[in-house]
Amino acid sequence: MNILVCISHVPDTTSKINFTDNDSKFDANGVQFVINPNDEFGLTRAMWFKEKQGAKVTVVNVGGSETEPTLRKALAIGADAAIRVNTKATDGFKVAKQLAKVITDGSFDLVIAGRESIDYNGGMVPGMVAGLTNANFVNNCIALEVDGNTASATREIDGGKETISVGLPLIIGGQKGLVEESELRIPNMRGIMMARQKPLTVVEPDETNSKTASIKFEKPAPKGAVKLVPEDNLDELINLLHNEAKVI
Amino acid sequence: MSVLVYTESDQGKLKKGAFEVASYGKAVANQLGTTVTAISINADETSVLGNYGVDKVLTVSSSELESFNAKIYASVIKQAAEKENSQIVIISSSADSKYLAPLLAVDLQAGYVSNVIETPISTSPFTVKRNAFTNKAFEITQINTNVKIVGVSSNAFGLVESNGSATAEDFSPTIEASNLKVESVDRTTNKVTIADADIVVSGGRGLKGPENWGMIEELADVLGAATACSKPVSDLGWRPHSEHVGQTGKPVASNLYIAIGISGAIQHLAGVNASKVKVVINTDAEAPFFKAADYGVVGDAFTVVPKLIEKIKAFKAQQ
Repeated sequence: MNILVCISHVPDTTSKINFTDNDSKFDANGVQFVINPNDEFGLTRAMWFKEKQGAKVTVVNVGGSETEPTLRKALAIGADAAIRVNTKATDGFKVAKQLAKVITDGSFDLVIAGRESIDYNGGMVPGMVAGLTNANFVNNCIALEVDGNTASATREIDGGKETISVGLPLIIGGQKGLVEESELRIPNMRGIMMARQKPLTVVEPDETNSKTASIKFEKPAPKGAVKLVPEDNLDELINLLHNEAKVI
Repeated sequence: MSVLVYTESDQGKLKKGAFEVASYGKAVANQLGTTVTAISINADETSVLGNYGVDKVLTVSSSELESFNAKIYASVIKQAAEKENSQIVIISSSADSKYLAPLLAVDLQAGYVSNVIETPISTSPFTVKRNAFTNKAFEITQINTNVKIVGVSSNAFGLVESNGSATAEDFSPTIEASNLKVESVDRTTNKVTIADADIVVSGGRGLKGPENWGMIEELADVLGAATACSKPVSDLGWRPHSEHVGQTGKPVASNLYIAIGISGAIQHLAGVNASKVKVVINTDAEAPFFKAADYGVVGDAFTVVPKLIEKIKAFKAQQ
């Protein structure tokens, strides 16, 4: 099985978010970047396929050279090879278009991406890749098994879950549940050393126009002070929720 | 030229999100001076959409569409958009709508923007405001394609009633084949889902163990709320992953979010920040969540929550 895992390079979940250039750009200054958590669950599941079923695992990112440490980390976790498509990820469609070309060129049977990145939260790349490559697609995937050319995938639905049987090639929009949090791997020294020897191929982008453009960012207005209610006066809390906030 | 809204239903019943997209679609149609058409699949009562600004409903009834299939549903919506010559398609933020939206965008060669929280800032160029960075920021985005898909964030625009009426028209799209088969569905019955809930009651590690969740469930029950939990609680296996809310879990955008024994890590706050009103109950007055909350009670959950349940019961009985 030939697996491609799509890796987004995103600010660490604890990052304070700031903007620069007149609020038109994300300010990467002082920000630590990590593998997008939803992608990391997929990468770890791919490691299972590699170890138990002999799959080959390639990771891919669409971005500038600043994303290479994140790809190297994925190699240190155990991926066999990495590809970077050398272009700025300006919108979900453009990224999907680049990934679709990588998938067609590399004849991958299974593509695992996170259901969304935790920076722009577009939630569209895996589905667009499926649409562009005419492959099957399961989103919000929380469990995945592959047997020959067929997969069994469980997806989270509003208020429950649903199990689907589906043929390869298959695109997965993955999330926590693909593996448990406790199964995530921290690269060890041997992995980090080996990652240096593994191929990281830079490919030039397909000419594509973005369909959407980011114009400006805003931060939420600062929050007013909390109204504290003494614990022996919960009637006041109910009064505030009913008459002031009007939510009960 | 109508604005097309996909009004989702569940087992024949229109979902709350359907009325939200209808309300939003009406506001956009007003900006553009056009009408609203809804596309509804296997829904029983669609005339009520008229109360939210829909002028016409394309009703599709087909046993082949009984279980949700993103690709096939996207194709049905595409055919509706083409029939109506719609340049703007509005969808909700439900799991199913977010699943089909990118497929629909490829089918329609449309630009798609998700998590939109307000009516367009401008319709030419078409510019919208959306949540990004897991509610830590807003992004103003422009869609540059002829056909545009807008995914509306749950509970952001809300429901707006108008006094119109919707005419129903049978619609029989071509239904594609699919080799994707739903084998089983496991639904938690009779429980409000986090996605649909107006109120969410959430518990954290401060509750000390899964055996103490009875009062969380009871409080949720008296409020008609969904239950949720923080990440450590789901990692410890006290509660199922499906209840984990926060940056890597489910996003919450309820009217009221009650956090009990949750200190308020930055990732948790990001995931629940879209909720309109936040109440925190925590023993630690220094817990960061108090800075992000509207109302707070500094106190022990084990004494505060049972008292609160009794007070709310009494309040509800009065209403």
